[in-house]
Amino acid sequence: MAEITYRDALNQALSEEISRDPNVVLMGEEVAQFKGSYKVSEGLLEKFGPDKIIDTPISEAAFSGLAVGAAMMGMRPVVEFMFWSFCYVAFDQIFNNAANVRYMSGGLINVPIVFRGPANGGTNVGATHSHTPENFAANTPGLKVICPSTPADAKGMMKAAIRDNDPVCVMENTILYNLKGEVPDDEDFIIPLGKARLACEGTDLSIIAHGRSVQVALQVAETLSEKHNVSVEVLDLRSIRPLDLEAILQTVRKTNRVLLVEENKPFCGVDAQIAYLIQEQAFDHLDAPIKRVSAIDVPQAYSKALESFQIPNHDRVLAKALELI
Amino acid sequence: MEGIYHDTDLNESSEKTSGASPSSPPPKPSKEFIDHSVNSTLDAEEKIRMYSQMLRIRRFEERSLRAYQQGHIGGFLHLYIGQEAVAVGAVSVMTEDDHVITAYRDHGHAIAVGMDMDECMAELFGKRTGCSKGKGGSMHFFAPDKNFWGGHGIVGGQTPLGLGIAYALKNKGVKGACLCFMGDGATNQGPFYESLNLASLWKLPVIYIIENNGYSMGTAESRHSAGEPLARRGDSFDMNWSVHQGHDLYEVRAAMDDALVRAREDSTPSVLEIVTYRYRGHSVADPDQTYRSKEEIEEYKKNKDPLNLFRDKLLAEGLLTEEAAKALDQSAKDEAEASAEFALASPFPEVSELMDHVYWETDNPEHKSSTGEMFFESSLAE
Repeated sequence: MAEITYRDALNQALSEEISRDPNVVLMGEEVAQFKGSYKVSEGLLEKFGPDKIIDTPISEAAFSGLAVGAAMMGMRPVVEFMFWSFCYVAFDQIFNNAANVRYMSGGLINVPIVFRGPANGGTNVGATHSHTPENFAANTPGLKVICPSTPADAKGMMKAAIRDNDPVCVMENTILYNLKGEVPDDEDFIIPLGKARLACEGTDLSIIAHGRSVQVALQVAETLSEKHNVSVEVLDLRSIRPLDLEAILQTVRKTNRVLLVEENKPFCGVDAQIAYLIQEQAFDHLDAPIKRVSAIDVPQAYSKALESFQIPNHDRVLAKALELI
Repeated sequence: MEGIYHDTDLNESSEKTSGASPSSPPPKPSKEFIDHSVNSTLDAEEKIRMYSQMLRIRRFEERSLRAYQQGHIGGFLHLYIGQEAVAVGAVSVMTEDDHVITAYRDHGHAIAVGMDMDECMAELFGKRTGCSKGKGGSMHFFAPDKNFWGGHGIVGGQTPLGLGIAYALKNKGVKGACLCFMGDGATNQGPFYESLNLASLWKLPVIYIIENNGYSMGTAESRHSAGEPLARRGDSFDMNWSVHQGHDLYEVRAAMDDALVRAREDSTPSVLEIVTYRYRGHSVADPDQTYRSKEEIEEYKKNKDPLNLFRDKLLAEGLLTEEAAKALDQSAKDEAEASAEFALASPFPEVSELMDHVYWETDNPEHKSSTGEMFFESSLAE
């Protein structure tokens, strides 16, 4: 166990899985010579050479589709999107081809592929570079989607994703890349998809979140405990599809009050589905209506003054939490 | 290269109109292609088999059209009638290391690679005995055991997949190629160009086969594409490209073989434009006559029908008698009829089968590694 960054945890996961399985390759824009736009793949070209760490042109549709075709043939490509926002020019390859080929072939084919990269706002890069498409992916049967929020999860879930026999969308976060945490160095350290994590225990209110919103939720939990004497439980979903519904219901039954926090835009966001599931399956355990904090429902703003308010921040989440207690 | 275009601007005659113009004489087989080693070494049995394959495709398509009209087939039905020599010719020169992927007009390729008429017809009928167990339909036939990777519904969407198949072959050190079929309409989709760039840049053994039947759905080539011929677009990427006549089985075989040798020996990609024609509408629900004339279709049938041309060749060579040709045809018709009977008698999938084949993991619960809910409509999900 060593303390490393989220970025290095991803790097370790990639390195270990490429060493372990000759079918695993990493491809994307600037992943090799440039060492990755966010340096996630730093050192991998030197270690594995250009046949495994592959620089592509800026051609998301072609290299995403190429990777899907290679996966149909039994390879296990890891495709890096510099930003998940760029998947929109490769939409057909991911959402039609990767997601549907197994179904349309009556189960004759499977597509063991990983699409990964950052999917977040908060870095003042404007509307085109700040998308959080985990809800699109989760809305597409055939795809799995995960949003690790800690270095340990980044490693353990990335390794699980690469070993998975279905397409997995791994949505990382540029702001988390420098986050440090304890990460096991066991080469078979795997965190199974679909298992939520209790980030902190409490009795008065459950905050359910995914991705960087988990870190925000933890800060709010601290404030609520210190200044308002409220005990908050934070559940980190980790995985959107598959979804740990049991863990969600468990925390609802325990605290009877729920605040959902995500960076998705609200309409048909992930938490819309979570709220539906809670009211359907734990209605009698609710002492208050379910509340949500999501991104403010406009295209992502550029200005720091606007965007720092737009995505769920400490004060917005705190204010909403206080409405619930 | 003569007779490349199907100019269908009915109000003006253009000098490039030659493919199906009423004055064009029946084409003469080119000696260059007859003498190509891949053709000159053919024995009688191989030739008759190819003729039979073309017949089987045509009779299958005709029978499926009837089944559609009888209400047994839903959705779309894109028939391959008229284009048979392209799939049969191309597939006939493949080795076991070569792979095929195509678009939604996929029945011809499926039968050419050896898929059974029964499983194809049953798929059209939406039956559990279909090749995709009723999950794919007309546009989504698959047979990975026969190196056939679909059957893809979105125009041009398969062009990067074909690249990936070629990449995997090269990566694994297999001396094979991927034949990626597409229509003329697909040449105007962006991913095709992205794929050409990567194919050439990375030297991937992929052969893009543009089956130019003259129409992108109901839009004639002269109205959908600037610059001709379409294959020349490969030139921008320093790729081998050429244009061929799709009514001539030998020409298709010769061109394909040359491209396959380049792919196999040097991992070189190619773009082949095969000029062909479809007799039926884009789909069977197509009004057809709004964008082309009856005369144009009849002219092609009369002068360039790939089946008639090849049958005449075999008759002239004394490899086939009229009687034997009729028997082959009857056998293809019988097989198609039997496939319709098989499809009709087959069971529909159970509603409970809706949830199968979404994820490898849920289909293989004994190997399940994840936990949690995978499905969110609780009517059927466990």
